[in-house]
Amino acid sequence: MRRLRPGRLLLVGVASLVYLFLQLPLLIVFPISFSSAQYLQFPPPGWSLQWYERYLNSPNWLTPTWLSLKVAVATTVLSLLLGVPLAFGLTRARFWGRDAIEKLSMAPIIVPTIVLSIALYGLFAKLRLIGVWYGIAVSHTLLALPFVVALVVAGLRDFDVNQELAALGLGASRWRAVWHVTLPQIRPSLVSAAFLAFISSFDELVVAMFLGGANMTLPKKMFDNIRMEIDPTIAAISALQIVLVSALLALAARFGRGGGMPGR
Amino acid sequence: MAAQEVKDAELRVDGVAKRYGAVVALGGVSLSVAAGEFLTILGPSGSGKTTLLKVVAGFEFPDAGRVTVGGADITDVSPAKRNIGMVFQNYALFPHMSVARNIAFPLQMRGVPRSEIERRVIQAMALVELRGYGERLPSQLSGGQQQRVALARAVVFDPTLLLLDEPFGALDRKLRESMQLEVRRLQRRLGLTTVFITHDQEEALVLSDRIAVMDGGVIRQIGAPDEIYDRPADAFVAQFIGESNLLVGEIAAPDRVLLDGGTSVTVHGLGGGRGRVRLLVRPEKMAIDSATNRFTGTVVEAVYLGEAHKLRVRVAEGVELMVRGHHAVPAGASVTVGFAPGDAHVIRGAG
Amino acid sequence: MTPADRARRRAAGGAIALSVPAMLLLLALFAAPLLRLLALSVAGGSLVAYERALTNELYLRVFFETFKIAAIVTLLTLALGYPVAYVMATSGRAWQLVGIAFVLLPFWTSILVRTYAWMVMLGRNGVVNRTLIGWGVIDSPLPLLNNLAGVLIGMVHVLLPYMILPVFNAVKNVDPNLVLAAVGLGAPRWRAFLRITLPLTMNGVVAGVTLVFTLSLGFFITPALLGGGRVVMVANLIEEQVRELLNWAFAGALSAILLALTLAAFWGISHIARTRSA
Repeated sequence: MRRLRPGRLLLVGVASLVYLFLQLPLLIVFPISFSSAQYLQFPPPGWSLQWYERYLNSPNWLTPTWLSLKVAVATTVLSLLLGVPLAFGLTRARFWGRDAIEKLSMAPIIVPTIVLSIALYGLFAKLRLIGVWYGIAVSHTLLALPFVVALVVAGLRDFDVNQELAALGLGASRWRAVWHVTLPQIRPSLVSAAFLAFISSFDELVVAMFLGGANMTLPKKMFDNIRMEIDPTIAAISALQIVLVSALLALAARFGRGGGMPGR
Repeated sequence: MAAQEVKDAELRVDGVAKRYGAVVALGGVSLSVAAGEFLTILGPSGSGKTTLLKVVAGFEFPDAGRVTVGGADITDVSPAKRNIGMVFQNYALFPHMSVARNIAFPLQMRGVPRSEIERRVIQAMALVELRGYGERLPSQLSGGQQQRVALARAVVFDPTLLLLDEPFGALDRKLRESMQLEVRRLQRRLGLTTVFITHDQEEALVLSDRIAVMDGGVIRQIGAPDEIYDRPADAFVAQFIGESNLLVGEIAAPDRVLLDGGTSVTVHGLGGGRGRVRLLVRPEKMAIDSATNRFTGTVVEAVYLGEAHKLRVRVAEGVELMVRGHHAVPAGASVTVGFAPGDAHVIRGAG
Repeated sequence: MTPADRARRRAAGGAIALSVPAMLLLLALFAAPLLRLLALSVAGGSLVAYERALTNELYLRVFFETFKIAAIVTLLTLALGYPVAYVMATSGRAWQLVGIAFVLLPFWTSILVRTYAWMVMLGRNGVVNRTLIGWGVIDSPLPLLNNLAGVLIGMVHVLLPYMILPVFNAVKNVDPNLVLAAVGLGAPRWRAFLRITLPLTMNGVVAGVTLVFTLSLGFFITPALLGGGRVVMVANLIEEQVRELLNWAFAGALSAILLALTLAAFWGISHIARTRSA
């Protein structure tokens, strides 16, 4: 049993305050979303589901939501389809230009999002691709790629290559060896990467703002709305988002583990 | 070009060389393994034995030379098409698959129909005495059991060749001995041409039809166990296999050698000529009641081994002889040991 | 060609093939647009846009302000984040997991959600002011919104996890026996911390500082929403130039400068860290 020294107590106290600071906004959102007042009031005078109704019944809100979901799913699929093979290519063989390719795949992280956004905006405007959902999806894929690659590469580094070799020796082609033996065991990395790609796309504002044109994603609609007024509907949407993230985190934790059981 | 699916397959390695940067892993290795034969490649770490095995299996490709199985050149063939069964040092079982699925894997890859897969998997499990373990996961098995699953998986698809890379390293002594017997039994029963890698010379002597001793990327000697043991080709082999007493000296007469320490010994089989020789005398050939070639000295160490006594006798400054016999002589006692002229194995060449 | 060479060729070819799709995307949507933007910034071969960006006092003020904010945010996140990371890393496993979960939750929550919540809380009639007045700590509401204070609070909130996670990892990797040994040799706890734990966690601190600082430089959403127009960072300036003024050359120049500053900060910080530890 740890004795609580005064120094430790103070430290834990400070840490707890910072924790509170971190959670506060998330907590605030919930009571406001259930407020029965017509405008923003805290503490709320009474309880009501009006803001949730407002959100779920309004095509003005639902259309952007569907768009965001569509884009996020596409981003997840595309970034995995591009990033996983790249990760394999980077870890399985040595070839001329490998370092350069690795650096290039990490580069989108370093560039400030605003710069990337206007660069893409300029190009897409010229190509008349503003307002198409796949334009946003493909740009989000670009942003998610470094993380997907980093996660999968890390997962592959921990993986015992001998198993892939054993599979080859037993008659499997490279592709079948990866499919039957490697992928099931790097599942935690794949799940984390998918989760990351989805969330980062669903929440992304700046690129979507520039490339969406008249077609708004949910973040863009929220942004416009917040700028004009502090609408409690946003609190309802926020509450739903927080619940969604928590659920996804719990799912990821559950399905992420148990991919590869350490045998020996 | 796939290796012929013939059970009676002979393995030939011709002049295989491989280097990694400046390091020469294999320097022109040639050997052949007859169909159904059990060959052990024996050598210390870094001798190149694992590299050689990888070249045969197809996980490494040589810089020169050829590998043929049953007459077909497989040097460039991908490992998936070589039809060779391999047991890895750490077994490399698939942890996310059950025992049955692990063993079924090679059959699945070959498109064998479901029902037949089931039959053959059960057969293979019976072969390695793991009946009923089909649904367990590798993490639920002991080291010895995992070993057997690896073995079953390597033979279930009727491979042309069986390769084993130091499979018993992680097992304790008793288990190792019983597994050695099991592998040999299995191999004889299936008639599989087998190449076995180890650094443990006792293991090599027990298991093999023939032994190839490797060091520094080359084969020093190939032969039957008794040949390797009794008639080592050079000092390295002599010292690697079993314990030995090495006496260095100069040929003085057709049957006499003048040792560097000044003593003279009578030796048969010198083969004429002059020059320096090394005489190898195994400890069990050293006798306390020897009539010839006697050395007097003090027992420095006496070890009781159960079935024998091992003595270290200092006979001169910095010269110690190992003696293995049934006489119990206490440390510190004075003793005379010697050997018969015909019990010394001659190795010509520099000392 | 030896069999080894053939095998090497095959492997390299396969690896390159796997990389091609991603590379195409990166070249088409990353390299190309950025190069195009750069070309626009030197429209017609002149550096007029750069001149304007770097000599006009108005814009220099924006750069300075951006740097200032980034520095303050970095210091604040370090001061607040290190204790949290330290406590987390030196707690039992159960607490650690809880701690990480509660750092990740805000981390994964949309920045808009968080910023909105701060707008609600920091207003004159918002939660914070109401509570402080209610407790009698202050008499009239503090101006915490639509100014620098609000922006700082919002940014610190968003960037704290980026500081906490690397520091947490670093503290976790310090062998607790070292501290025990120091204490056993007579050092008071705080000294053992300063002399042993802190230096050993420098790598994590540097990682956190780098992340937070470089991310701060490019911030757009928080100053836009919590700054009320009074806080203009470089990113806001760039957005205005493109969206409203359609001034591509100037926006391009600003972007190039921002990118250069970000890279300089990134390399500068790791360089300083490396030379200090040498």
